[in-house]
Amino acid sequence: MATFFGEVVVAPSRAGVDDEEWAEEAREETPEDREIRRELEKKREIDVLWTLKSGASTESSAAEPFVCSKFIVAIGHNAAAFLSSFILDSVCWEVVGVVKLWNEWCRTSNTTKVLPTDSFCLFYRLISDPTVLLCQCSCYVAEDQQFQWLEKVFGCMRKESLQVTILSTCPVADYKTQESTLTLPSPFLKALKTKEFKEQVCCPLLEQPNIVRDLPAAVLSYCQVWQIPAVLYQCYTDVIKLDTVTIEAFKPLLSSKILKSLVKNLNFHHKIACFQEIRLLENQ
Amino acid sequence: MTKVGYFYTDCLVPMVGNNPYATAEENSMELSINAEVYSLPSEKLVVLQIRSPFIKNKYRPFCQTLFSWVKSSKCARVILLSSSHAYQRDDEQLLGTPLRYLLTPDLEKAVGGLMQDLNWKEMEKVAAYPGINDTEKVLHIPGGGITKLLFTESCSRGIQMAVLLKFCSEGDNIPDAFALVNYLNEWLQLIKSKSNNSTDTSSQWKIPSSWRLLFGNGLPPALF
Repeated sequence: MATFFGEVVVAPSRAGVDDEEWAEEAREETPEDREIRRELEKKREIDVLWTLKSGASTESSAAEPFVCSKFIVAIGHNAAAFLSSFILDSVCWEVVGVVKLWNEWCRTSNTTKVLPTDSFCLFYRLISDPTVLLCQCSCYVAEDQQFQWLEKVFGCMRKESLQVTILSTCPVADYKTQESTLTLPSPFLKALKTKEFKEQVCCPLLEQPNIVRDLPAAVLSYCQVWQIPAVLYQCYTDVIKLDTVTIEAFKPLLSSKILKSLVKNLNFHHKIACFQEIRLLENQ
Repeated sequence: MTKVGYFYTDCLVPMVGNNPYATAEENSMELSINAEVYSLPSEKLVVLQIRSPFIKNKYRPFCQTLFSWVKSSKCARVILLSSSHAYQRDDEQLLGTPLRYLLTPDLEKAVGGLMQDLNWKEMEKVAAYPGINDTEKVLHIPGGGITKLLFTESCSRGIQMAVLLKFCSEGDNIPDAFALVNYLNEWLQLIKSKSNNSTDTSSQWKIPSSWRLLFGNGLPPALF
């Protein structure tokens, strides 16, 4: 649907189902259809492989739920790169898990050796405090896979005294405001928090009628329903690709209670070197 | 109405935002998710609001979950508020009011007479094969999503369900929402009209704060 001024806004069916899709659904399903659907569902199933025990891969279901005090999830290339630049340090962190998934946009394997530009979903653990878990998820998790992701990832954790922080990015064009988005100083941060989250938030909260979708929304909904303190920092940016300005937009979070203790001791030159490395990869 | 819980399911697309019904600064920063439950004990009324679309191939599981919840929470009656594409009406449907209702056989016995008194129009069935065989008629709710599935399932499960719907066009649906809620109020009498004219309650409904900016953002100042 185009508005009076020509910009295109999403106008989904009020009832949430496309008629074409619905007609397809209503049609009698043949055994062949069923088999295809089952095979596809099997293929789209996601696997979380934990490598907690001395490098040996174990299926998530086999492992005992582990204690987790802080869980930091970075969704998207920019948020993942922010963690790489300011938090992750090969000396202090070890890879403890990987998500293997397949969908129409991306596929990830069970390898833990990845480039910043690859699509991947990895879990890290702080060596000095194994209850601190970090997740970099730069791959696309499809709508039908998000619930599975939650069940399988949170299924492995004890939920007592857990605190979740989510970092994500989305286009500034999705931001609704009385002003024109052209005048907004992008990139900028907005936050959403669950009822149980009582700490100070590092940026303004997201105003109505703005909403957040996809995996960040799925994680935050899960935390709200299961009464886990959680905060989502959403960075509105006009560059969705890996971009140093967008990465830097997350910097106010370094002073937050949860990240302050984890910030790696980098000097300025080292940081610049990190960015240059990312730029080079981006241009490849 | 107060929020009493969530309808947490894998069948709906995830979505979060701050309280869509915020009235003041204090309650504006409460997180809301894609399906929430509100209750009004004085009217013995529970409302389930679904705010996001369904995930492909998840309509049937959703229907199952919904009905088992309706059963376990001992809801006597279910009223489904829905809509249908205005542009797909047949000649008969183009006439008169754009509001329609449907009752399952079990509810028909109880309130069928009342609908007649209110002078409401039942949703017309349309010919299954127009122009070829006009005697075989089916229920068709284009753009109504899972409305038809929920209704036919309710009929076969013996659930007392009413569907209230309006023919809508894409665009600003705020007047449609008012028309539908007034239609519901004619039956349930949730709020009493102040004036003598019983249909005029529109001025008493509150517009949720989240209905702002329906037509997008402000304009770039450089335009002028």
